[in-house]
This record gives sequence, C-alpha cells and structure tokens, in this order.
Amino acid sequence: MSATPKIELRNVRKAFGKKVVLNGIDLDVGVGESVVIIGGSGTGKSVTLKCILGLLDADSGSIKVDGEEVIGLGSSDRERVNHKFGMLFQGGALFDSLPVWENVAFGLLAEKRCSRHDAHDIAITKLAMVGMDAAVADLMPSELSGGMQKRVGLARAIAADPEVIFFDEPTTGLDPIMADVINDLIVKVTREVGATALSITHDMASARKIANRIAMLYQGKIIWQGPVADIDNSGNAHVDQFIHGRADGPIQMAVRA
Amino acid sequence: MNVFQPIGRVFLKFLETTGRLLSFMGAALSHTVRPPFYPRIVLRHMVDIGYYSLPVVGLTAVFAGMVLALQSYTGFARFSAEGAIANVVVLSITRELGPVLAGLMVAGRIGASLAAEIGTMRVTEQIDALTTLSTNPMKYLVAPRLIAGVAMFPLLVLVADIIGVFGGYLVAVYKLGFNPSNYLQNTWDFLTAEDVNSGLVKAAVFGFIVTLMGCYHGYNSKGGAQGVGRATTNAVVSASILILCFDYVLTEMFFAK
Repeated sequence: MSATPKIELRNVRKAFGKKVVLNGIDLDVGVGESVVIIGGSGTGKSVTLKCILGLLDADSGSIKVDGEEVIGLGSSDRERVNHKFGMLFQGGALFDSLPVWENVAFGLLAEKRCSRHDAHDIAITKLAMVGMDAAVADLMPSELSGGMQKRVGLARAIAADPEVIFFDEPTTGLDPIMADVINDLIVKVTREVGATALSITHDMASARKIANRIAMLYQGKIIWQGPVADIDNSGNAHVDQFIHGRADGPIQMAVRA
Repeated sequence: MNVFQPIGRVFLKFLETTGRLLSFMGAALSHTVRPPFYPRIVLRHMVDIGYYSLPVVGLTAVFAGMVLALQSYTGFARFSAEGAIANVVVLSITRELGPVLAGLMVAGRIGASLAAEIGTMRVTEQIDALTTLSTNPMKYLVAPRLIAGVAMFPLLVLVADIIGVFGGYLVAVYKLGFNPSNYLQNTWDFLTAEDVNSGLVKAAVFGFIVTLMGCYHGYNSKGGAQGVGRATTNAVVSASILILCFDYVLTEMFFAK
C-alpha cells in the first residue's frame, strides 16, 4: 500500500490502573479494505476500537485517520472525524426510547443534514438495504428480535454513508444461520456504501467471511497479520490454536481469576 | 502508622469523588448554555418531572399541612396561643416543608428513574452510540434533564405550598372548629413574599441536586444490572442527604439577611 492508510495505529498503549490492555499496537487499515481483528476475550479488541473512536483516550502512541492524528483532538474536531465513522455495537445499542426509523436516522438528524421527513425516507431506504420491511420503521426496538436489532443497528451504522464502519462482535449472540445472514449483509453493505471496514470478533466463520485481512491480537499486541487466505498456514502457533479453538497450546486461559 | 492508612484512603477517595462530581457538574452546566439545544427533550422531562409528580407531591403536602395544624394545636393550646396556628402552618410549609418534602419525594421518583435510565444506556453502550452519531451525551442526556429539573421544581413546590396550606385549613376548620375566614385572614396577614421566595429558591436548588445526582450516578454506572441498581440507590441517597445539607445552608443564608 503506497497511499495513506485510512486508519493507522502506531505503538498505541492503554492501561487501566496497573492492568496493561494495549501494549503497543501497530496496525494499518487501507482504503476500502476490510480488516478483522481476532483474539480471545479480554485481549483488548474492544479497547482498540474505542480508542480509535475516541470513546477512550489512548495513553500514548499515535492513531491517524486519513493521515490526521486523532489522539488528543478537541471535541469539535473529534466530532468532525467521527462523521466519517459508523459503528455497529455488540448489543445493537439501539435507543430504546425512539422508534426504529428515528434510530436509523439519528446521526442524520443530529447533524441536521436533512429534514425529519427526508430522514424518514432515508431510514426506510437503509432498512431496505439490510432486508427489512418499511413496516418495522415505526416499531420500538424492544419489539424486535436480537437478529432484527442487529440489522437495525447495521442500518443505523450506514445511514450517514460513513467512510469507515466498525463492527464490534457482529455475530455474537445470534444463531448460526442469522449470524451468516448478518455476515452476508456486512459484506454487501460495506461494498455498496464503499466503506472501509474494521471488525473485531472471535467467531472465525465470521472473520473468514468478512475479512480481506486478519490480524490477531494477543496480550495487547498484534502477533500476526496477513491475508485471509494465509490464516490456515500462518506458521504461528497462537493463531493455529485460536482458529481451531483448542484448549491446549501456547495461549493459556486464566481459568481462575 | 497503619491506623492512618485507611483514614488517608477514605479522605483521598472523598476528594476524588468530589472532584469528579464537580467536573461533571461544570461540563453539564456549560452544555446547558451552548447549542445545539434539544427543546423537545427538555419539554418531555418537564412533563415527567412536573406534571407526573403532582399526585405524589400533592398527597405529601396535604398530609404535611394537616398534621402540622394538628400538632401545633396540641402544643399551642397549652399557652392559649391557638390563634398562631394559621401562621405556623403557612410559614413552615412555604419556608421549609414544601421544598424539603417535595424535594425528598421527587428525589425518590425522578432521581431513581434518571439514574436507572441513563445507567442502562451506559451499560448497553447507548451512550457510546450517541458519541459515534455526532451527539454529545452530556448535551443530549444530561443538560435537558438539569434544565427541566431546575425549571419545574419551583412550580411543583408552589403547588405543594398551596395544597399544604389547604391541608392545614381543612384540619383547623373542620376538626378544631376555627372560623374559616379568620383562619384565612391569619394565614394571609403573616405571609411575606420572602417566605415564599426563599422556598422557591430552595426548590430550584433541590431540583438541580436531584437531577444532577440522578444523571451523575447513571452516567458513571458500570457492571451490568447490579451496577445500575447501585447507581439508582446512590442517586436517591446522595440527593436526599444533599437536599437536607443544602436546606440548612440556604436557610442560614436567608436567615442572615
């Protein structure tokens, strides 16, 4: 990649008290690429995303978006950078006080890009993109099943035509078939929107499906990264253990807290 | 020297909490005066805090007024000073019991619901979702609730004053056999604007305390359902204690004049 990467992390560190979560992460995500970070629970996958989004402040290192340093940005600059982002949260994180269409159009309304009437129409279009009927637009999120909430979350993530979409464990808590439906949707909508994607997951089936490139996070560091085709002969014992889901190997789970 | 360790720890913890609360308050206040504003949300909370608290506050006030008339009669009859009952009832209600009792009741009702609502939004990542959708959660969640609280509490207390005095009137006239017009005349004669005003200023401060505590504890809750439960308890307890503390401080200020 010769062009400036969309997102560039250099030596990013983050600790909570004495507990070091990110111990110097280096990662590039190219324009239009789909990168999936895999890793066990508690290895800092979510923290990495939150640092890029500015929900957490990294302790040191550099995070660049389109070549612009985003660590330590003021709130108005941060908001401008976040306009480029869409995010699908693990539990959907839909606003339960608002109907589905207002959830989808929330970002548009917040940025005052269009009238409420137009926002409603855009919400219907985006819902159609994730395979949902216009009839659900006026339901409340609590009336939807988990898979449908995920889809609405996806529609919300793409509503403002973001340049980068983040997916936080997109298939967690779904049955295998619905998980595959969501994977297909992710591939389809990121292509349609033309967005760069950065996902975190521990679901290998999902990772294989949505990734161009996979990076493995272990003990706060990226220990391996490469094209998705190379994942089965990575030559890395940690990666092998993880993708085959074996209890024995170099990664020792702390069974006792 | 180990005796001093826990003392120091508690003291540092106290300073830390105070500092965090004050900076939260500062941030929240600054967002109440900077655009964008959310009048629809302010209005919704005004209705919730003001209108829907009326039954609770009304019942509290009417019984407070009734018991006040009855109790002061027991005491004053010993000095043949029954004539002062109307005076005692109206002063106690407007200066003290109206704001304090209404404040405590609404702390239970509104403080708890704010902490639970915002706390649930925190643990389900809805607050993070707001940030990624170009909306500042302090501005969208906290500021409108503070405005609604400060605006509606004085109105609630004004209603409570009237109902409280009416409660005293009921007992004095129908149980203790006072002459209705004399009783009202006595009530009116001794009442000054400052009695009512000082009560309304207290009410505005209590409204601020209740909504701030609800928002603060909800905003900083963590750890799932248990964390939200703890936030709710803390919001109500801290708001109630602060109401009683500030009641003394404010009385002292008005008394000194």
